This record gives sequence, structure tokens and C-alpha cells, in this order.
Amino acid sequence: MFKHLKQLTSLFAMIAVLFAFTTEAMAKKSKTLKNTQKKGFVRCGVSQGLPGFSNADASGNWTGIDVDVCRAVAAAVLGDANKVKFTPLSAKERFTALTSGEIDVLARNTTWTLSRDADIGLTFVGVNFYDGQGFMVRKSSGITSVDQFKNGISACTNIGTTTELNMRDFFNSRGISYEPVAFEKADEVVAAYDAGRCDTYTTDKSGLAAQRTKMKNPDEHIVLPETISKEPLGPVVRQGDAVWEDIVRWSLNTMIEAEEYGITSSNADSMKTSDNPQIKRLVGAEGEMGAAFGLDNEWNLRIIKQVGNYGESYKRNIADTGILPDRGPNQLWTKGGILYVPPAR
Amino acid sequence: MNNKIKRILPQFLTILFVVLVFGFFTINAQVNMDNRGIDFGFGFLSQEASFDMQFTLLDYDGQDSYLWAYVVALLNTLLVSFLGIIFCTILGVIIGIARLSQNFLIKNSAAWYVEFFRNIPLLLQIFFWYYAALRALPLPENAEPWFGVTYMTIKGYYIPSMIWENLNVFMSCLIATIVAIIFIRIYAKKIQEKEGKQLPVLYISLALITILPLLSFLIGGVTLDFEIPALKQLAQTSFIFEGGIALPPELIALVLALSLYTSTFVAECVRAGIQGISKGQKEAAASVGLTPNQILKLVVMPQALRIIIPPTTNQYLNLTKNSSLAAAIAYPDLVLVFAGTALMQTGKAIEIVGITMLTYLSISLAIAALMNWYNKRIEIKEK
Repeated sequence: MFKHLKQLTSLFAMIAVLFAFTTEAMAKKSKTLKNTQKKGFVRCGVSQGLPGFSNADASGNWTGIDVDVCRAVAAAVLGDANKVKFTPLSAKERFTALTSGEIDVLARNTTWTLSRDADIGLTFVGVNFYDGQGFMVRKSSGITSVDQFKNGISACTNIGTTTELNMRDFFNSRGISYEPVAFEKADEVVAAYDAGRCDTYTTDKSGLAAQRTKMKNPDEHIVLPETISKEPLGPVVRQGDAVWEDIVRWSLNTMIEAEEYGITSSNADSMKTSDNPQIKRLVGAEGEMGAAFGLDNEWNLRIIKQVGNYGESYKRNIADTGILPDRGPNQLWTKGGILYVPPAR
Repeated sequence: MNNKIKRILPQFLTILFVVLVFGFFTINAQVNMDNRGIDFGFGFLSQEASFDMQFTLLDYDGQDSYLWAYVVALLNTLLVSFLGIIFCTILGVIIGIARLSQNFLIKNSAAWYVEFFRNIPLLLQIFFWYYAALRALPLPENAEPWFGVTYMTIKGYYIPSMIWENLNVFMSCLIATIVAIIFIRIYAKKIQEKEGKQLPVLYISLALITILPLLSFLIGGVTLDFEIPALKQLAQTSFIFEGGIALPPELIALVLALSLYTSTFVAECVRAGIQGISKGQKEAAASVGLTPNQILKLVVMPQALRIIIPPTTNQYLNLTKNSSLAAAIAYPDLVLVFAGTALMQTGKAIEIVGITMLTYLSISLAIAALMNWYNKRIEIKEK
């Protein structure tokens, strides 16, 4: 018997190692906040490069309004907006990466839909960009409206997105036969459309505007005026950690509400002595706004100081880069848009 | 007693270990899915897929179920694999034999071909054939016809489609021809064994295969019309061809890349097989007066095949599995459609990836079984 003792021990050791690697995943409640603070960075899933939303420059610095949501969370829970580890994900990979625990926040221009919210084990925490699906065509084609689409049109798009479904609904309802050409990566869609493989390129309008900047001759393409769907894009977290969900939700809300009250990254500190109690709450000078999350009282001040309010983020990432200078629906409710968040109090 | 335990215990422990590992992963997955509110089940397969596919062999519409989408996508994968295997075999055999040619130019170009295509990653080759070739191809309105009636354009290769009347008569004629040819071959073999005479089987077969179907046209009432693709304007500068059959550029690029890449490996298998036959065999065959072609066909190849088949089977399996790279260039294969779009829409990652893995496993095992059967058939029968 003793001869086999060695084999037995190594067997048990192997099993033990296997269990050790997965106990974290087996814990009943994922303590995302605790893990994040222990690791020292926020694990954030972003796109593989969509200017204005999440895009890395030559030296690997990520910018964009989706990126800013993750930075806001990092500023709130870790005190430093730069402590984020970005994971570029394809549309297909994104939800699996989140549910499997590879990332903790998914800020990847993701449309909030019932089936995604209810089925897949995800929770949408809000909307950071109100979008809609549109079509891009070559200017030289003379097409100025989707009414001019004819049978046999070929449309390039991404797989694994709501786009594929909207496109079908749209063409079917109009009785137009079409050829869907669906790629896995956005860059490949752009390359194929640009080469002339497709007559039209369809995705969210913000995406069209952003991808247009990547084309050989951006001026040769136009985005048609029609919007065929509602695409509220927002950050997503895993189901089952209500506190983490709240932290991400209120990090985004803080940015939007800060704009509403005129608090910017440059004047945030001076706002501490404001007469308006709501402003004071937003910069951590009144109330206990962080305690419920297990955070200190200045978590929201750090977001505003390090990342800025929503308007600053929009201007920096989307307006100044020429993608969509007009804020459209993504304007505050007080200024004719539909950005309206619950009060932080 | 002690010996018995010694024999059984390691096996028992191995089985226990395997069961434990599987059980552990199953439970772990279940617990985690429960925690995250994800259901496990295959009910989604009957739900409406509600996405469209660019290219299908059978009728498919977004109203069909995910199960049907799976079948249609699987057929697309099988189509690419089938075409790839056919082309890579033809090309591989030619190149493999060319590498052994006495002609300096042929020998070296074949060697260069093999070294070039074998050593560039397949994905890059797929991208090359798709994007580079795509950009080089003309838009439909500028396309010059190939062979008068087919058009190679950036949107696909348009070929005329055939419109048959009394197709069944034609088909019966064709089947009759094939049966006749098989009988003639058997008869020719008998004659050769009995009298040593060689019948010109090839010429007889060729004659049959032209005459019989031709007769079906003349007296069987079979007619064949071609629908020739015609240019249609969609907008000022956007055109397509209508009518006929459109082969999407994604399919063409994929088949091209897969067969060029895999043919290099097949060529090496063929070369190894031929070189594995001892020189004495060829010399002996030459000394009884066989021509070089006959030596290859009657003496070398039958023996070489036994060396060639097993490694070539591996290449066929590789090609089939590599066809999943289709996802990169929008060819709607199993991975792009089922493990891509369907997975995304339903969120059933474990179920769909599981089904996909099982499917590839089954395809590979089926190909391996077929090749093993063929290998058995041609191996030396010891009497």
C-alpha cells in the first residue's frame, strides 16, 4: 500500500490546486468592491476601438465617454481615475467576459434591452449615451434617404449586436430583400464597406460617425437622416452584487448631476462652500453619501475633479473630436435633452 | 490478493479522479450560473432566430428557429470543408508529384510554392485573399465577363443558373451511364486477367458519358436553359447582378486560402509517399517495359497511397477545423452564426459552445472514419 502513497498524495495535491483556483468563483456573493480594492484597479471591458466611446491612442491611453465611466468608478472606489485595467472586447465576447468575472464593469456602447437585462445574468445601471441605428452610404450613390433602398442591397454590419436584428426588422417591414454581410470586428466591417463590398454600412449612428473618421476619404460618405431604432447605450455589471451595481450607477449619475448643477473639474473644490445643499452633497461636503456603498464621503468629489462632469466628458471625447458636435438627445433635461437622473441625496 | 489490488487500484483512482474533475466542474458551473441568474437548457433552440444569413444552401429566414439556423450554418461549414478538401487534394497531388519531377524549373517552382504557402499563417492568407483580392476586383458595373457569361466582381462571382425541364429523365440517363461504366470496367478487368488484353476503358467511358445524356436531350424531351446574370442598378453608383447564382467573395476567399494552405501539406504527404517506395520497384517496373506513367499509376501509387492516406487524413481534419476562421471574413459558418450571433442573442454560452464543440468533434470523427475505411480497403491484403 505504501508504494502508492506517493501517487495518492500527488493526486490529492492536484485536486486541492484545482479547488484553490476556483474557490473565489464559488463564493456565494461576489464581493466585487473588496476584490477591486485588493487588486488596486478596476477591471473594465471596452470596445476594440470606437473613437469617442473607447479608443486607445498610440501609447495605449484609453479615452472616450465609456472609458470615463470606468475612470469615474476608479476615482470613487480607489481614489485614482487612472487605476483602470481596460480589456478590449468584441461584441460577441463582452457579456461572457462580464458574467465569467473577467471584468467587473462593461462600458462598451452596449444597448440596454429587455432580453439582455433579464436573461443573460447582467444588470444595466443606466444610460450614458442615447443612440439609434442608422445607415451610411457613399455620397456618389445619390441615396439621400432609406426610401431609396432597392431589392438586392448589401449591408455590412457587426455580428452579435442588436444591429443585426434591427436591420432585419427594417428591411422585412419594407419588403426589401437584402444581403447581410456580418463581421466579427468593427474594423473589418469598415474595411469591407470601404472597399466597396457593401452598398451600405449600418450600426448605431454615433458608431457610424466615429467609424467614418477611420475611412480612406471620410467626405465620400454620408449618414442617412433616418433612425430605425432606439439604442440606449450604457454600462453593465454582473447580476448579484447590488452594492457594486449601485456604485457604478451612481458614479455615472454623479457625472450627469454635476453638469446639471454646474460643478466642473476646475470649480469642484470651491463648490464645497456653496449655499446649495444639493451641490454640497455632490462634492461630499454634506450628508453621508458614501457610507451606504462602503466608501468615504468624497468619492463623488473625486469623480468630478479627476474625470469631470458629463458635459466635460462629452465635449472632450465626442464634440471636440468632430464625431457628433451636436448633443441631440444627450443634452440635460433642463436644456431640451433627455438626460435626467435621480437626485443624489 | 495484494497483486490484484495493485492492478485495480491505479485504474480505480484514475476513474475516480476523472469523475471528480468532471463533477467538480459541472457543480462549479451550476453554482456560478445560479449565482448569476443564468438558466441552463436547450429550449432556446426552438425559439425564433430573428437574424438573417448572407449565404445559405437551404431556405432559411429569420423566422426559423435557432435549430434550423444551426443546421444551415453547419451546411455552410461542410460546404467550405468539402470544397477545400477537393481542391487541396487535386492541387496537393499535382504539386507533390511536381516536386519529384526531373525538370529543374517544375521541381523548384513546386518547392517554392510549398515553402511559401506553408509558412505564412492561415489567418493572414485568408485576410490577404479577402481584402487584397477584394480591393483588386472590379465593381459590378465595371466587370468584364469571364467566359462570356460569368462576372467576377467585388460583390461576388456571378454565374448563370440552369433551368431544367424533365430533369429526372436526364438524371436517370446519367445514372444509367455510370452503372454502365462500372460494368464495363469490371468486364475489362476480367478480359485483362483472362486474355491479357487491355480494353480502352477510358475512351469507351468518355463516349458513353457524352452520348447517353445527349440522347436524353434529343429524344427524351430534356431542355436546359441558362439564366444569365444581368446588371441591375440600385442607385446612381451602386449596381448588382440579378439572376443566376452568386457565389459570395467570402466563400471564394475562404476556399482559396484553405486549399492553397492545406495543399502544401498534402503535397508533402504525397512526396513522402512516393519517395517511400523503394527505387528497385520502379526499376523493376521499367525493366518489364512499363511506361513512366504506367509505373506511377500501377506500381508506385497503389503502394504510396498506403503511406499517404494517414497523414493526409490529418490535413483534412485540420482543414475542416481551420474553416472556423471563416468568422474573420463574414462567411456565415457554424462559428460565426451559431457560436457568434446565436450565442450573443441568447446568452447561452455553455450550451452553444458545447454543441459547437461536439459538432466539430463529430465532423472530424466522421472524416477520420471514412479515411480509415478507405485506408483499410487499399492496404495490402496478406493472403
